[in-house]
Amino acid sequence: MPLVVEKLNHTYMKGGPYETQALSDISFTIQDGEFVGLIGHTGSGKSTLVQHLNGLLQPTSGRVLVDGTDLADKNADRKQIRCKVGLVFQYAENQLFEETVAKDIAFGPKNLGLDAGEVDRRVREAMRQVSLDYDRISGKSVFDLSGGQMRRVAIAGVLAMKPSVLVLDEPCAGLDPHGREEILGLIRRLHRESGATIVMVSHSMDDVAQLAERVMVMHRGHLVMDGRPEEIFSRGEELRKMGLDVPQVVQLGEQLRARGYEIPEQIYRMEDMQELLIRLLKKGEYHAQ
Amino acid sequence: MLNDITLGQYFPGSSPIHRMDPRAKLILTIVYIVAVFLVKSFVGYAISLAFLYMVVRLAKIPFSYVIKGIKPLRFIILFTFVLNLFFLTGEKVLLTIGPFRLTQEALFNAVYFSLRLVFLVMGTSVLTLTTSPVQLTDALERILHPLQRFHFPAHELAMMMTIALRFIPTLLDETDKIQKAQMARGADFESGNLIQRARAMIPLLVPLFVSSFRRANDLAMAMEARCYRGGDHRTRLRELRYTRLDAVAALVMAVYVALIVLEGHFFG
Repeated sequence: MPLVVEKLNHTYMKGGPYETQALSDISFTIQDGEFVGLIGHTGSGKSTLVQHLNGLLQPTSGRVLVDGTDLADKNADRKQIRCKVGLVFQYAENQLFEETVAKDIAFGPKNLGLDAGEVDRRVREAMRQVSLDYDRISGKSVFDLSGGQMRRVAIAGVLAMKPSVLVLDEPCAGLDPHGREEILGLIRRLHRESGATIVMVSHSMDDVAQLAERVMVMHRGHLVMDGRPEEIFSRGEELRKMGLDVPQVVQLGEQLRARGYEIPEQIYRMEDMQELLIRLLKKGEYHAQ
Repeated sequence: MLNDITLGQYFPGSSPIHRMDPRAKLILTIVYIVAVFLVKSFVGYAISLAFLYMVVRLAKIPFSYVIKGIKPLRFIILFTFVLNLFFLTGEKVLLTIGPFRLTQEALFNAVYFSLRLVFLVMGTSVLTLTTSPVQLTDALERILHPLQRFHFPAHELAMMMTIALRFIPTLLDETDKIQKAQMARGADFESGNLIQRARAMIPLLVPLFVSSFRRANDLAMAMEARCYRGGDHRTRLRELRYTRLDAVAALVMAVYVALIVLEGHFFG
């Protein structure tokens, strides 16, 4: 079920003194199973865009189609749509409220009106997906967990709805490096295991470079770039003008090229760079300079 | 959906009204409120409307914003209207519906008291639309300052109000975010009976309380880290000073009050 956005515009506080155009003429299509990284500076409209993807915001003009259903349609079943497109908010742990981890994860499935057995199955499954031990953690209070664990409980709360598209808004924000690695690993696993379509919003080029197969760049409400990671990252100058940067691996490549080493432009993944450098070192080419 | 509240929503600008000393605006607003209570007839309301219109034009605010301020209070105004309409007795009966008799006096009173509320709200809206909340609390602190001699905690009170006002938009944002996050998990805040709706608020209120406490704790820590002690020896970033603008405003207000008093004398 493709996710189609057509000429989407969004204006906040239309007609007021603080009127702002958050999105201008955004159009794109996301196919099943894609992993899209959505990048942009603070205030570029990323968060506004993702709230359109499951109908939390209504377009000022334009359309969003999920599986052929127009989200602005008054007759559209909103719960059904929110079940198809799962949205994990920024600092998602702030939404936790129940007494125990299991109850909190069960909130979504219960709202869908599922019976107790199915809810329980989904809670266990979701906890397994985010690598939380059901027996040890499900009975704990959500407020006794560490920041990274709380974030994972919040993600599990959305996964328990079994969405076919998972949208994550800055899933690693505010976590320590260890927590980041865990969350990124978990997202990668979700994508590989279940083939879920994933849209990950981030301002960290490194996170996106590690995972995404397609990169979209937003700038001041416009979608300015959309393409494969290697295409996007080779346009470093433009990205820097927008206050963004390229991944560290690409930066390393650029600097090595500037010193006369032969590094292909397409390299943006850590593993590829590692391999290449090892090859170069073995050839002894580093003596060249 | 949380942006409907005009009362207390600052409309930025640099008009003469905006530039007045907030203390003067606060005091003159109180004078205006007293004057509205002195209005005796519709002639007085006409004068008030002309006066308000002039001030709003001078402040370069769309008049519709001032009208919008009435919206949250529409039920109270309607209630006042209906109550006065049917529960006051008089001589000239206009209409009889069952046990209720509508008299001319009651109709007059209903309109009169409803208009009083409308004018009170519109007048105070002008104050809050042209004065930022921080300026307002600053003004309040200065006005209440003399009471500190009698151990009245003017500074602490003003600081509390400033902090509260500062966090209203933050809390509104936060509420909006948590509400959306729960809606993304299939929560339904819009349908169901009263009890179901109250229960639906739990997933919203618990996270909101938790984050408020965390924020309060962080703020207290940040203030202490910068050696905040409150009290007398603090200097201020913006000193308040009365200017000629305030004198002119006071004069205009005096004319308005005089007109209202005269109106009460001749039409009352």
